[in-house]
Amino acid sequence: MLNHRVVITGRGAVSCYGLGLNNLFDNVWQGHSGVKVMEQWQAISGLTSFLAAPVPSFDAKKLLPRSLRRTMGGMAVNAALAAREAVAEAGLDEDYLHSGDIGTAFGSTTGSPEIYEQLYRTLLFDKSIEPIKSGEFFKIMGHSCSANVMYSLGLKGEQWGPSSACTSSAQAIGLGYLLVGGGRQEAMICGGADEVHHSVTTVFDVLQAASKQNDSPQSTPRPFDRDRDGVVCGGGAGALVLETLESARNRGAAILAEIVGFGHVGDPGHIAHPDPDAMARAMEKALSEAGLTGDEVDYVNGHATGTLQGDSAEAEAIARIMGSSTPVSSCKGHMGHTLGAAGALESILSIEMMQRGELVPTLNLDQPGDDCKNIDLLGELRPTTTNVIVKNSFAMGGVNVSIIFKRFG
Amino acid sequence: MEKEEIYKRVKDIFIEEFELEEDELTPAATLYDELELDSLDAVDLVVALEKEIGVKMRGEEAMREVRTIDDLVNLIQLFLNKG
Repeated sequence: MLNHRVVITGRGAVSCYGLGLNNLFDNVWQGHSGVKVMEQWQAISGLTSFLAAPVPSFDAKKLLPRSLRRTMGGMAVNAALAAREAVAEAGLDEDYLHSGDIGTAFGSTTGSPEIYEQLYRTLLFDKSIEPIKSGEFFKIMGHSCSANVMYSLGLKGEQWGPSSACTSSAQAIGLGYLLVGGGRQEAMICGGADEVHHSVTTVFDVLQAASKQNDSPQSTPRPFDRDRDGVVCGGGAGALVLETLESARNRGAAILAEIVGFGHVGDPGHIAHPDPDAMARAMEKALSEAGLTGDEVDYVNGHATGTLQGDSAEAEAIARIMGSSTPVSSCKGHMGHTLGAAGALESILSIEMMQRGELVPTLNLDQPGDDCKNIDLLGELRPTTTNVIVKNSFAMGGVNVSIIFKRFG
Repeated sequence: MEKEEIYKRVKDIFIEEFELEEDELTPAATLYDELELDSLDAVDLVVALEKEIGVKMRGEEAMREVRTIDDLVNLIQLFLNKG
Protein backbone atom coordinates (compact mmCIF):
# COMPACT_ATOMS: atom_id res chain seq x y z
CA MET A 1 0.00 0.00 0.00
CA LEU A 2 2.77 2.46 0.91
CA ASN A 3 5.50 3.07 -1.64
CA HIS A 4 7.92 5.01 0.58
CA ARG A 5 9.67 3.97 3.77
CA VAL A 6 8.87 6.42 6.57
CA VAL A 7 11.57 7.43 9.02
CA ILE A 8 11.73 9.74 12.01
CA THR A 9 14.36 12.45 11.96
CA GLY A 10 13.28 14.93 14.61
CA ARG A 11 11.54 15.20 17.97
CA GLY A 12 10.43 18.05 20.19
CA ALA A 13 8.78 18.19 23.59
CA VAL A 14 7.14 20.41 26.16
CA SER A 15 6.23 18.53 29.32
CA CYS A 16 5.65 18.73 33.04
CA TYR A 17 9.43 18.99 33.28
CA GLY A 18 9.54 22.16 31.19
CA LEU A 19 10.71 22.94 27.69
CA GLY A 20 12.69 20.64 25.50
CA LEU A 21 13.82 17.08 25.01
CA ASN A 22 16.67 17.25 27.50
CA ASN A 23 14.39 18.17 30.41
CA LEU A 24 12.06 15.33 29.43
CA PHE A 25 14.76 12.71 29.08
CA ASP A 26 16.72 13.73 32.19
CA ASN A 27 13.67 13.66 34.46
CA VAL A 28 12.15 10.47 33.08
CA TRP A 29 15.43 8.60 33.29
CA GLN A 30 15.92 9.81 36.85
CA GLY A 31 12.43 8.63 37.79
CA HIS A 32 11.03 12.04 38.70
CA SER A 33 7.29 12.59 38.97
CA GLY A 34 5.73 15.72 37.50
CA VAL A 35 2.52 15.35 39.51
CA LYS A 36 1.44 17.97 42.03
CA VAL A 37 -1.61 18.98 44.03
CA MET A 38 -3.80 21.63 42.38
CA GLU A 39 -4.89 23.56 45.47
CA GLN A 40 -7.30 25.82 43.62
CA TRP A 41 -9.38 22.85 42.44
CA GLN A 42 -10.42 22.06 46.00
CA ALA A 43 -13.09 24.74 45.74
CA ILE A 44 -14.99 22.77 43.08
CA SER A 45 -17.95 20.96 44.58
CA GLY A 46 -17.92 17.21 44.03
CA LEU A 47 -14.45 17.04 42.49
CA THR A 48 -12.41 14.40 44.30
CA SER A 49 -9.14 14.45 42.35
CA PHE A 50 -6.90 17.48 42.86
CA LEU A 51 -3.92 16.11 41.02
CA ALA A 52 -2.23 17.04 37.77
CA ALA A 53 1.12 17.23 36.01
CA PRO A 54 1.00 20.70 34.42
CA VAL A 55 3.66 22.32 32.29
CA PRO A 56 5.61 24.76 34.53
CA SER A 57 4.90 28.37 33.64
CA PHE A 58 7.35 30.17 31.37
CA ASP A 59 7.42 33.46 29.51
CA ALA A 60 6.22 32.72 25.98
CA LYS A 61 6.86 36.35 25.04
CA LYS A 62 10.56 35.59 24.92
CA LEU A 63 10.05 32.63 22.61
CA LEU A 64 7.33 33.55 20.12
CA PRO A 65 6.39 36.88 18.52
CA ARG A 66 3.04 38.48 19.35
CA SER A 67 1.83 37.95 15.79
CA LEU A 68 1.90 34.20 16.49
CA ARG A 69 0.99 34.24 20.18
CA ARG A 70 -2.18 36.26 19.75
CA THR A 71 -4.01 33.20 18.35
CA MET A 72 -2.46 30.63 20.68
CA GLY A 73 -3.83 29.20 23.90
CA GLY A 74 -1.41 27.38 26.16
CA MET A 75 -1.59 24.13 24.24
CA ALA A 76 -0.88 25.80 20.90
CA VAL A 77 2.13 27.63 22.36
CA ASN A 78 3.46 24.29 23.54
CA ALA A 79 2.66 22.64 20.20
CA ALA A 80 4.52 25.36 18.30
CA LEU A 81 7.57 25.12 20.56
CA ALA A 82 7.68 21.32 20.36
CA ALA A 83 7.32 21.46 16.58
CA ARG A 84 10.11 24.02 16.35
CA GLU A 85 12.43 21.80 18.37
CA ALA A 86 11.57 18.78 16.21
CA VAL A 87 12.32 20.73 13.05
CA ALA A 88 15.66 21.83 14.53
CA GLU A 89 16.64 18.28 15.48
CA ALA A 90 15.69 17.09 12.00
CA GLY A 91 17.68 19.94 10.42
CA LEU A 92 14.87 20.95 8.05
CA ASP A 93 15.78 24.26 6.42
CA GLU A 94 13.47 27.20 5.74
CA ASP A 95 13.25 26.55 1.99
CA TYR A 96 12.15 22.96 2.55
CA LEU A 97 9.65 23.96 5.25
CA HIS A 98 8.06 26.49 2.88
CA SER A 99 8.15 24.27 -0.21
CA GLY A 100 4.69 22.71 0.12
CA ASP A 101 6.28 19.26 0.42
CA ILE A 102 5.92 19.34 4.21
CA GLY A 103 2.63 19.38 6.11
CA THR A 104 1.43 18.85 9.64
CA ALA A 105 -0.93 16.59 11.54
CA PHE A 106 -1.23 17.89 15.07
CA GLY A 107 -4.05 16.95 17.41
CA SER A 108 -5.60 17.76 20.75
CA THR A 109 -8.71 16.74 22.65
CA THR A 110 -10.34 20.16 22.19
CA GLY A 111 -9.07 23.68 21.77
CA SER A 112 -7.68 25.39 24.87
CA PRO A 113 -9.99 24.65 27.84
CA GLU A 114 -8.66 27.67 29.72
CA ILE A 115 -9.74 29.97 26.90
CA TYR A 116 -13.09 28.17 26.61
CA GLU A 117 -13.64 28.93 30.29
CA GLN A 118 -12.76 32.62 29.86
CA LEU A 119 -14.90 32.98 26.74
CA TYR A 120 -18.00 31.37 28.19
CA ARG A 121 -17.56 33.22 31.47
CA THR A 122 -17.79 36.44 29.47
CA LEU A 123 -20.69 35.27 27.32
CA LEU A 124 -22.78 33.54 29.96
CA PHE A 125 -22.06 35.46 33.15
CA ASP A 126 -21.15 38.93 31.89
CA LYS A 127 -23.58 38.47 28.96
CA SER A 128 -21.33 40.44 26.67
CA ILE A 129 -19.20 39.93 23.61
CA GLU A 130 -17.52 43.32 23.89
CA PRO A 131 -14.35 42.24 25.76
CA ILE A 132 -13.74 39.27 23.44
CA LYS A 133 -10.58 39.64 21.42
CA SER A 134 -10.05 38.56 17.83
CA GLY A 135 -7.69 35.71 18.64
CA GLU A 136 -9.98 33.78 20.96
CA PHE A 137 -11.65 31.61 18.32
CA PHE A 138 -8.26 30.49 17.02
CA LYS A 139 -7.34 29.33 20.52
CA ILE A 140 -10.44 27.19 21.01
CA MET A 141 -11.07 25.77 17.55
CA GLY A 142 -10.54 22.04 17.20
CA HIS A 143 -7.53 22.47 14.92
CA SER A 144 -5.91 25.21 16.99
CA CYS A 145 -2.67 23.25 17.43
CA SER A 146 -2.25 22.21 13.80
CA ALA A 147 -3.11 25.70 12.52
CA ASN A 148 -0.68 27.39 14.86
CA VAL A 149 2.07 24.87 14.09
CA MET A 150 1.52 25.53 10.39
CA TYR A 151 1.70 29.31 10.83
CA SER A 152 4.67 29.24 13.15
CA LEU A 153 6.72 27.11 10.75
CA GLY A 154 5.38 28.54 7.49
CA LEU A 155 4.26 25.14 6.21
CA LYS A 156 2.36 25.05 2.92
CA GLY A 157 1.54 21.34 2.80
CA GLU A 158 -1.44 19.46 4.14
CA GLN A 159 -2.84 20.43 7.53
CA TRP A 160 -4.78 17.94 9.64
CA GLY A 161 -5.98 18.22 13.21
CA PRO A 162 -6.94 14.79 14.52
CA SER A 163 -9.12 15.16 17.58
CA SER A 164 -9.77 11.90 19.40
CA ALA A 165 -8.89 12.71 23.01
CA CYS A 166 -6.19 10.34 24.24
CA THR A 167 -5.31 9.03 20.77
CA SER A 168 -5.10 12.43 19.04
CA SER A 169 -1.34 12.44 18.57
CA ALA A 170 -1.11 8.71 17.92
CA GLN A 171 -3.60 9.25 15.11
CA ALA A 172 -1.54 12.22 13.94
CA ILE A 173 1.57 10.05 13.73
CA GLY A 174 -0.39 7.33 11.94
CA LEU A 175 -1.83 9.84 9.53
CA GLY A 176 1.61 11.28 8.87
CA TYR A 177 2.89 7.78 8.22
CA LEU A 178 0.14 7.21 5.62
CA LEU A 179 0.61 10.58 3.91
CA VAL A 180 4.41 10.35 3.77
CA GLY A 181 4.43 6.65 2.96
CA GLY A 182 1.85 7.20 0.24
CA GLY A 183 3.89 9.96 -1.35
CA ARG A 184 1.47 12.85 -0.79
CA GLN A 185 4.03 14.67 1.37
CA GLU A 186 7.78 14.30 1.68
CA ALA A 187 7.64 15.07 5.39
CA MET A 188 5.06 15.72 8.08
CA ILE A 189 5.37 17.40 11.46
CA CYS A 190 3.19 15.16 13.63
CA GLY A 191 2.15 15.31 17.23
CA GLY A 192 -0.32 16.57 19.75
CA ALA A 193 -0.86 18.73 22.78
CA ASP A 194 -3.21 19.22 25.68
CA GLU A 195 -3.51 21.40 28.78
CA VAL A 196 -4.15 20.70 32.43
CA HIS A 197 -7.52 22.15 33.39
CA HIS A 198 -10.06 21.17 36.03
CA SER A 199 -12.70 20.55 33.34
CA VAL A 200 -10.47 17.85 31.84
CA THR A 201 -9.90 16.07 35.14
CA THR A 202 -13.63 16.40 35.79
CA VAL A 203 -14.31 14.15 32.80
CA PHE A 204 -12.42 11.31 34.48
CA ASP A 205 -13.72 12.13 37.96
CA VAL A 206 -17.33 11.88 36.78
CA LEU A 207 -16.55 8.42 35.42
CA GLN A 208 -14.86 7.43 38.74
CA ALA A 209 -11.60 7.05 36.85
CA ALA A 210 -9.49 9.87 38.34
CA SER A 211 -6.92 9.15 41.04
CA LYS A 212 -7.89 10.32 44.52
CA GLN A 213 -4.49 9.86 46.14
CA ASN A 214 -4.33 13.58 46.88
CA ASP A 215 -2.14 13.08 49.92
CA SER A 216 0.66 11.48 47.93
CA PRO A 217 0.83 13.22 44.55
CA GLN A 218 4.26 11.83 43.68
CA SER A 219 3.01 8.25 44.12
CA THR A 220 0.19 8.38 41.60
CA PRO A 221 -0.85 7.45 38.92
CA ARG A 222 0.27 3.85 39.38
CA PRO A 223 -0.02 2.04 36.02
CA PHE A 224 -0.33 -1.75 36.30
CA ASP A 225 0.05 -1.52 40.13
CA ARG A 226 -2.11 -3.31 42.64
CA ASP A 227 -3.03 0.02 44.26
CA ARG A 228 -3.77 1.98 41.10
CA ASP A 229 -6.90 4.10 41.39
CA GLY A 230 -7.14 6.13 38.21
CA VAL A 231 -5.84 8.79 35.90
CA VAL A 232 -3.86 11.92 36.71
CA CYS A 233 -4.05 14.36 33.82
CA GLY A 234 -0.91 16.00 32.50
CA GLY A 235 -0.10 18.77 30.08
CA GLY A 236 2.40 19.15 27.31
CA ALA A 237 3.11 18.72 23.63
CA GLY A 238 5.12 16.28 21.58
CA ALA A 239 6.20 16.58 17.95
CA LEU A 240 7.95 14.24 15.55
CA VAL A 241 9.26 14.78 12.04
CA LEU A 242 8.22 11.92 9.76
CA GLU A 243 9.98 11.84 6.43
CA THR A 244 10.48 9.60 3.43
CA LEU A 245 13.70 7.66 3.57
CA GLU A 246 14.72 9.28 0.26
CA SER A 247 14.26 12.76 1.68
CA ALA A 248 16.21 11.95 4.85
CA ARG A 249 19.04 10.43 2.84
CA ASN A 250 19.14 13.34 0.39
CA ARG A 251 19.52 15.73 3.28
CA GLY A 252 22.01 13.58 5.12
CA ALA A 253 19.71 13.60 8.16
CA ALA A 254 20.30 11.34 11.15
CA ILE A 255 17.57 8.69 11.21
CA LEU A 256 16.24 7.94 14.68
CA ALA A 257 13.82 5.12 13.83
CA GLU A 258 11.51 3.82 11.13
CA ILE A 259 7.74 3.44 11.37
CA VAL A 260 6.79 0.06 9.97
CA GLY A 261 3.25 -0.51 11.18
CA PHE A 262 0.11 1.37 12.13
CA GLY A 263 -2.81 -0.51 13.60
CA HIS A 264 -5.97 1.55 13.98
CA VAL A 265 -9.20 -0.21 14.84
CA GLY A 266 -12.62 0.70 16.17
CA ASP A 267 -14.40 -0.79 19.12
CA PRO A 268 -18.18 -0.45 18.88
CA GLY A 269 -18.80 -2.51 22.02
CA HIS A 270 -19.03 0.30 24.59
CA ILE A 271 -18.15 3.97 24.28
CA ALA A 272 -16.29 4.07 27.61
CA HIS A 273 -15.13 0.53 28.39
CA PRO A 274 -11.70 -0.64 27.24
CA ASP A 275 -11.83 -3.85 25.25
CA PRO A 276 -8.87 -6.26 25.19
CA ASP A 277 -10.07 -7.70 21.88
CA ALA A 278 -9.93 -4.30 20.18
CA MET A 279 -6.52 -3.54 21.73
CA ALA A 280 -5.23 -6.89 20.51
CA ARG A 281 -6.61 -6.28 17.02
CA ALA A 282 -4.79 -2.93 16.86
CA MET A 283 -1.49 -4.61 17.75
CA GLU A 284 -2.15 -7.48 15.33
CA LYS A 285 -2.89 -5.07 12.50
CA ALA A 286 0.29 -3.10 13.14
CA LEU A 287 2.40 -6.26 13.32
CA SER A 288 0.81 -7.67 10.18
CA GLU A 289 1.55 -4.46 8.27
CA ALA A 290 5.13 -4.59 9.51
CA GLY A 291 5.51 -8.25 8.55
CA LEU A 292 6.40 -9.07 12.15
CA THR A 293 5.12 -11.47 14.75
CA GLY A 294 4.50 -10.80 18.42
CA ASP A 295 7.60 -12.64 19.54
CA GLU A 296 9.78 -10.27 17.50
CA VAL A 297 8.70 -7.28 19.61
CA ASP A 298 11.41 -6.17 22.05
CA TYR A 299 9.40 -3.67 24.10
CA VAL A 300 5.83 -2.44 24.48
CA ASN A 301 5.24 1.13 25.62
CA GLY A 302 1.77 0.79 27.04
CA HIS A 303 -1.08 3.21 27.01
CA ALA A 304 -1.67 2.15 30.66
CA THR A 305 -3.03 5.20 32.43
CA GLY A 306 -3.46 3.71 35.89
CA THR A 307 -7.17 2.87 35.68
CA LEU A 308 -8.46 -0.43 37.00
CA GLN A 309 -10.14 -1.54 33.79
CA GLY A 310 -7.81 -0.06 31.19
CA ASP A 311 -4.54 -1.45 32.51
CA SER A 312 -6.07 -4.87 33.05
CA ALA A 313 -7.47 -4.98 29.51
CA GLU A 314 -4.17 -3.86 28.00
CA ALA A 315 -2.18 -6.44 29.96
CA GLU A 316 -4.53 -9.13 28.69
CA ALA A 317 -4.20 -7.93 25.11
CA ILE A 318 -0.40 -7.69 25.28
CA ALA A 319 -0.17 -11.16 26.81
CA ARG A 320 -2.31 -12.52 24.00
CA ILE A 321 -0.25 -10.99 21.20
CA MET A 322 3.27 -10.74 22.62
CA GLY A 323 3.26 -13.40 25.32
CA SER A 324 4.57 -12.95 28.83
CA SER A 325 8.26 -12.30 28.19
CA THR A 326 8.19 -8.99 26.27
CA PRO A 327 9.15 -6.04 28.51
CA VAL A 328 6.31 -3.58 29.09
CA SER A 329 6.17 -0.19 30.79
CA SER A 330 4.08 2.97 30.82
CA CYS A 331 5.26 6.59 30.98
CA LYS A 332 2.07 7.77 32.72
CA GLY A 333 3.56 7.28 36.20
CA HIS A 334 6.05 10.04 35.39
CA MET A 335 3.98 12.59 33.46
CA GLY A 336 0.40 11.60 34.12
CA HIS A 337 -1.90 11.14 31.17
CA THR A 338 -1.06 13.92 28.73
CA LEU A 339 -4.12 13.01 26.62
CA GLY A 340 -3.69 14.49 23.14
CA ALA A 341 0.06 14.73 23.68
CA ALA A 342 0.48 11.23 25.12
CA GLY A 343 1.00 9.28 21.91
CA ALA A 344 3.67 11.70 20.72
CA LEU A 345 5.52 12.28 24.01
CA GLU A 346 5.58 8.55 24.76
CA SER A 347 6.71 7.72 21.20
CA ILE A 348 9.55 10.21 21.67
CA LEU A 349 10.53 8.51 24.91
CA SER A 350 10.26 5.06 23.33
CA ILE A 351 12.57 6.08 20.49
CA GLU A 352 15.02 7.51 23.02
CA MET A 353 14.95 4.18 24.89
CA MET A 354 15.87 2.48 21.60
CA GLN A 355 18.65 5.01 21.01
CA ARG A 356 20.11 4.66 24.51
CA GLY A 357 19.67 0.90 24.77
CA GLU A 358 17.81 1.28 28.06
CA LEU A 359 14.17 0.57 28.87
CA VAL A 360 12.62 2.85 31.49
CA PRO A 361 10.34 1.17 34.06
CA THR A 362 6.91 2.41 35.10
CA LEU A 363 7.17 4.95 37.91
CA ASN A 364 5.03 4.05 40.97
CA LEU A 365 4.72 0.41 39.95
CA ASP A 366 5.63 -1.33 43.20
CA GLN A 367 3.38 -4.39 43.33
CA PRO A 368 1.84 -5.48 40.02
CA GLY A 369 -1.89 -6.05 40.17
CA ASP A 370 -2.93 -9.69 39.97
CA ASP A 371 -4.67 -8.91 36.69
CA CYS A 372 -1.43 -7.47 35.24
CA LYS A 373 0.98 -10.24 36.18
CA ASN A 374 0.53 -11.99 32.86
CA ILE A 375 3.11 -9.69 31.19
CA ASP A 376 6.76 -8.79 31.86
CA LEU A 377 6.43 -5.48 33.70
CA LEU A 378 9.75 -3.68 33.92
CA GLY A 379 10.73 -3.22 37.54
CA GLU A 380 13.90 -1.26 36.97
CA LEU A 381 15.92 0.40 34.23
CA ARG A 382 16.89 -2.41 31.89
CA PRO A 383 19.88 -2.15 29.55
CA THR A 384 19.06 -4.04 26.36
CA THR A 385 19.24 -3.77 22.60
CA THR A 386 15.82 -2.88 21.28
CA ASN A 387 14.98 -3.24 17.60
CA VAL A 388 11.18 -3.33 17.55
CA ILE A 389 8.88 -1.25 19.76
CA VAL A 390 5.09 -1.33 19.92
CA LYS A 391 3.53 1.93 21.13
CA ASN A 392 -0.10 1.64 22.21
CA SER A 393 -2.59 4.48 22.50
CA PHE A 394 -6.26 4.00 23.30
CA ALA A 395 -9.11 6.48 23.69
CA MET A 396 -12.61 6.45 25.02
CA GLY A 397 -14.97 6.53 22.10
CA GLY A 398 -13.54 3.27 20.77
CA VAL A 399 -10.23 4.32 19.19
CA ASN A 400 -7.39 1.82 19.45
CA VAL A 401 -3.99 2.61 17.94
CA SER A 402 -0.71 0.69 17.85
CA ILE A 403 2.36 2.05 16.11
CA ILE A 404 5.53 0.06 15.47
CA PHE A 405 8.92 1.75 15.58
CA LYS A 406 11.87 -0.21 14.23
CA ARG A 407 15.57 0.46 14.55
CA PHE A 408 16.72 1.76 11.18
CA GLY A 409 19.32 -0.17 9.30
CA MET B 1 -10.23 64.50 27.99
CA GLU B 2 -7.37 66.56 26.55
CA LYS B 3 -5.82 65.42 23.30
CA GLU B 4 -2.43 64.98 24.97
CA GLU B 5 -3.96 62.62 27.55
CA ILE B 6 -5.72 60.61 24.83
CA TYR B 7 -2.45 60.32 22.89
CA LYS B 8 -0.69 59.06 26.00
CA ARG B 9 -3.36 56.43 26.66
CA VAL B 10 -3.38 55.34 23.02
CA LYS B 11 0.39 54.91 23.18
CA ASP B 12 0.01 52.83 26.34
CA ILE B 13 -2.52 50.61 24.55
CA PHE B 14 -0.21 50.09 21.60
CA ILE B 15 2.73 49.28 23.87
CA GLU B 16 0.71 46.87 26.00
CA GLU B 17 -1.58 45.32 23.42
CA PHE B 18 0.63 45.23 20.34
CA GLU B 19 4.01 45.14 22.07
CA LEU B 20 5.31 48.11 20.06
CA GLU B 21 8.09 50.43 21.22
CA GLU B 22 7.20 53.94 22.35
CA ASP B 23 9.52 55.62 19.86
CA GLU B 24 7.60 54.02 16.97
CA LEU B 25 4.35 55.63 18.12
CA THR B 26 4.62 59.09 16.61
CA PRO B 27 1.42 60.92 15.70
CA ALA B 28 2.21 60.40 12.00
CA ALA B 29 2.85 56.66 12.27
CA THR B 30 0.48 54.73 10.02
CA LEU B 31 -1.31 51.85 11.74
CA TYR B 32 -1.44 49.31 8.95
CA ASP B 33 1.78 50.09 7.05
CA GLU B 34 4.39 51.33 9.49
CA LEU B 35 3.05 49.66 12.64
CA GLU B 36 1.96 46.55 10.70
CA LEU B 37 -1.43 46.11 12.35
CA ASP B 38 -3.89 43.86 10.53
CA SER B 39 -7.61 43.12 10.59
CA LEU B 40 -7.39 41.08 13.82
CA ASP B 41 -5.45 43.86 15.50
CA ALA B 42 -8.11 46.35 14.44
CA VAL B 43 -10.70 44.30 16.32
CA ASP B 44 -8.49 44.15 19.40
CA LEU B 45 -7.80 47.88 19.19
CA VAL B 46 -11.53 48.59 19.49
CA VAL B 47 -11.79 46.22 22.49
CA ALA B 48 -8.82 47.91 24.18
CA LEU B 49 -10.09 51.44 23.49
CA GLU B 50 -13.37 50.61 25.18
CA LYS B 51 -11.67 48.99 28.15
CA GLU B 52 -8.95 51.58 28.70
CA ILE B 53 -10.59 54.83 27.56
CA GLY B 54 -14.26 53.96 27.70
CA VAL B 55 -14.97 54.91 24.11
CA LYS B 56 -17.17 52.58 22.03
CA MET B 57 -15.95 52.27 18.44
CA ARG B 58 -17.28 48.82 17.52
CA GLY B 59 -18.83 48.87 14.06
CA GLU B 60 -18.23 52.61 13.59
CA GLU B 61 -17.68 53.51 9.94
CA ALA B 62 -15.31 56.31 10.95
CA MET B 63 -12.77 53.74 12.21
CA ARG B 64 -12.26 52.62 8.60
CA GLU B 65 -10.91 56.07 7.73
CA VAL B 66 -8.26 56.04 10.44
CA ARG B 67 -4.77 55.86 8.95
CA THR B 68 -2.44 57.30 11.59
CA ILE B 69 -2.14 57.49 15.36
CA ASP B 70 -3.12 61.15 15.09
CA ASP B 71 -6.28 60.24 13.11
CA LEU B 72 -7.16 57.79 15.87
CA VAL B 73 -6.56 60.28 18.67
CA ASN B 74 -8.71 62.90 16.88
CA LEU B 75 -11.52 60.40 16.35
CA ILE B 76 -11.47 59.31 19.98
CA GLN B 77 -11.64 62.96 21.07
CA LEU B 78 -14.59 63.51 18.73
CA PHE B 79 -16.45 60.51 20.17
CA LEU B 80 -15.71 61.51 23.74
CA ASN B 81 -16.93 65.06 23.12
CA LYS B 82 -20.12 63.69 21.56
CA GLY B 83 -20.63 62.02 24.93
